[in-house]
Amino acid sequence: MNTEILGIITTFLIAVALAIPLGKYISKVYEGSKTWLDPIFDPIDRILFKIGGINPLKEMTWKEHLSALLTINLVWFLISMALLMTQQWLPLNPDGNPNMSADLAFNTSISFLVNCNLQHYSGETGVSYLSQIWLMFLQFVSAGTGMAAAVVLFKAFRKKSTDQLGNFYNFLVKSCVRILLPVSLVLALILVFNGTPMTFEGKDTMTTLQDGNTVEVSRGPAAAFIAIKHVGTNGGGFFGTNSAHPFENPNYLTFMMQMIGQLIIPLSMIFAFGYFIKRKKLSWMIFGVMTIGFLLLVTPNILLEQNGNPAITSLGIDNSLGAMEGKEVRFGAASSGFWSIVTTVISTGSVNAMHDSTMPLSGMNQLLAMMINAFYGGCGVGLLNFFIFIILAVFISGLMVGRTPEFLGKKIEAREMKIAMIIALLHPFLILTATALATAFPQFTASTLNNPGFHGFSEMLYEYTSSAANNGSGFEGLGDNTPWWNISTGIVLLLSRFLPIIGPVAIAGLLASKKYIPEGAGTLKTDTSTFGLMVFAVIAIIAALAFFPALTLGPIAEHFSLYR
Amino acid sequence: MKKDILPAIRLTIATIILFAVVYPVCVWGIAQLSLNNGKGEIIEYSGNTYYSNIGQSFTSDKYFQSRPSAVNYNAAGSGGSNKGASNSEYLDTVKSRIDTFLVHNPDIAKNEIPVDIITASASGLDPNISVQAAHIQVKRIAKVRGLSESDVQKLVDEQTEKPLFGLFGTEKINVLKLNIALDTLK
Repeated sequence: MNTEILGIITTFLIAVALAIPLGKYISKVYEGSKTWLDPIFDPIDRILFKIGGINPLKEMTWKEHLSALLTINLVWFLISMALLMTQQWLPLNPDGNPNMSADLAFNTSISFLVNCNLQHYSGETGVSYLSQIWLMFLQFVSAGTGMAAAVVLFKAFRKKSTDQLGNFYNFLVKSCVRILLPVSLVLALILVFNGTPMTFEGKDTMTTLQDGNTVEVSRGPAAAFIAIKHVGTNGGGFFGTNSAHPFENPNYLTFMMQMIGQLIIPLSMIFAFGYFIKRKKLSWMIFGVMTIGFLLLVTPNILLEQNGNPAITSLGIDNSLGAMEGKEVRFGAASSGFWSIVTTVISTGSVNAMHDSTMPLSGMNQLLAMMINAFYGGCGVGLLNFFIFIILAVFISGLMVGRTPEFLGKKIEAREMKIAMIIALLHPFLILTATALATAFPQFTASTLNNPGFHGFSEMLYEYTSSAANNGSGFEGLGDNTPWWNISTGIVLLLSRFLPIIGPVAIAGLLASKKYIPEGAGTLKTDTSTFGLMVFAVIAIIAALAFFPALTLGPIAEHFSLYR
Repeated sequence: MKKDILPAIRLTIATIILFAVVYPVCVWGIAQLSLNNGKGEIIEYSGNTYYSNIGQSFTSDKYFQSRPSAVNYNAAGSGGSNKGASNSEYLDTVKSRIDTFLVHNPDIAKNEIPVDIITASASGLDPNISVQAAHIQVKRIAKVRGLSESDVQKLVDEQTEKPLFGLFGTEKINVLKLNIALDTLK
């Protein structure tokens, strides 16, 4: 087996192997039971709660959870706008970068707030170090927000019947302090010792060997930022080209570590759910469905990128290294194909290669990964998205066998189904409507495209899909720092983050307060492979039916024009 | 909502101290123990310092060429071409790169040219080329510098970086290190 493929498989297996014990640890953190890290974190938590004036033991209903969540997010948004629009005059700006325009600050603030990190600016020239550190703060707390919302789901199915679902601030702080912080710290140190900068000094100058010309080299406090960018499934790069930049991702070891860093929390949240509600088999069902979906997307991408661009093969050169346009030699084509799906099934959106230059069907799989947005998914929110599909599958299966649909002893009724359907349809609605509008107003969008024809359409479709999935990667050729893109994607980002948190949390809250029906012979078992297949079918049908026409116009059409 | 405002503001202040001050300062402090104190790894050669991870533009015949770059190796920023696989304008660019390469390296056949040396990297700052890309430039370098081919080939072999632990990832060559080694050879 060649070393590129071996590297990929090893990376994935290490991530899964680490996720199981970490899942157990996470479950303990949310239960409030003892862990070996308590002596370090107990005092930190206490200080945070003291300054915050918060009683972490005060139980909340699902509505109180959402109110607290939305309020603190609003506070972060306002601070962010103020900071980004005045960064030029604030400290820690050694490169003298200018203030952001209002529309760019709006887009940037929202996109970091919602764990998307779309980045219509470039790290080297668009933000000061102070802003970078602020954005890094948002990378912590936005991931923590998603995880805290997922814990409401955990709580809802642990007890038989309750409306007391724990304390939002408690979950937020514990997610950030006890889970994200230690993992990020480890990753940051690995990066630092592999050549990623961590300095507050500005640009350096170096002379080139060949001509003796002077070249400026951007640096900055990057290592700390890049660690939480992956661990929190944020994806926003410190430098413009994200993890393709040789400082941001210096070698194959850092490639493996960054891959593991972004896989590990979404994977371990699946196992944490099983430990928390004491149904480990359910975790394996969820993990199984997600992994099959992941493999179906990632395998073709690895092969397509390895085989290279047929148009370049036909030029008569040695194309055995694969599609190297927009890729780095230290990672290679196969590893870049692998990364492109990991980063899109999970809502990270960091890149180690330019997705714009990948093969058309690789681009389609990246799009599909974000359109489904529930194969692993982002920190916490991946599980919430998957929960919606479970509810739909339970309902459909219930109808098929002629029984009242139940999930974990709770009846699924009209109200929950309505919410689930709205959330399931919101995603295609936002993506397709926004892309249709962008296509209908070429005066705002045509000049921003980097490629002609079908691929140009794919660039627009990708931008909105990435926004709606809170992913943040892009077909980066798109000239997206214009009022049209900043404002329209900003709106898509907002709706597609908070509604898919509100919906599942509301369903979980409603179900939690219902009477518990003990499982009997007639109960639909949800932790079996049969039910897993059912969930998979629901996902495939919704994604395929909703998005197939749009995909035909973009990547599929381009594929047939290229592989004639 | 109203009763949530005060805790939200106070908790924000507390978490800013932890995540935006304590955490980065810790990483920065430990970075002081790393090579070049966390300012990026450097190579010193004949009175100049170079960043070993940041690729440079090498176009002259007496040096091993680096990959094409969408930002011309200007490390103040970074960027790829973002050209789509089917873009005909882009394919013309690739074609002309092949022709130019053959003009400078008349002794090699077209089907020996590896794809990385005629396509732009993702960052525009790729410090590496493939082993094959170095190998096909050996004849030219030997001729221009008046060295024996076997000496130059030996240098390429020495500078070849194996996959991680010999198991994972690609084989590659750092162009800057190779060219510095080449300069020291004469």
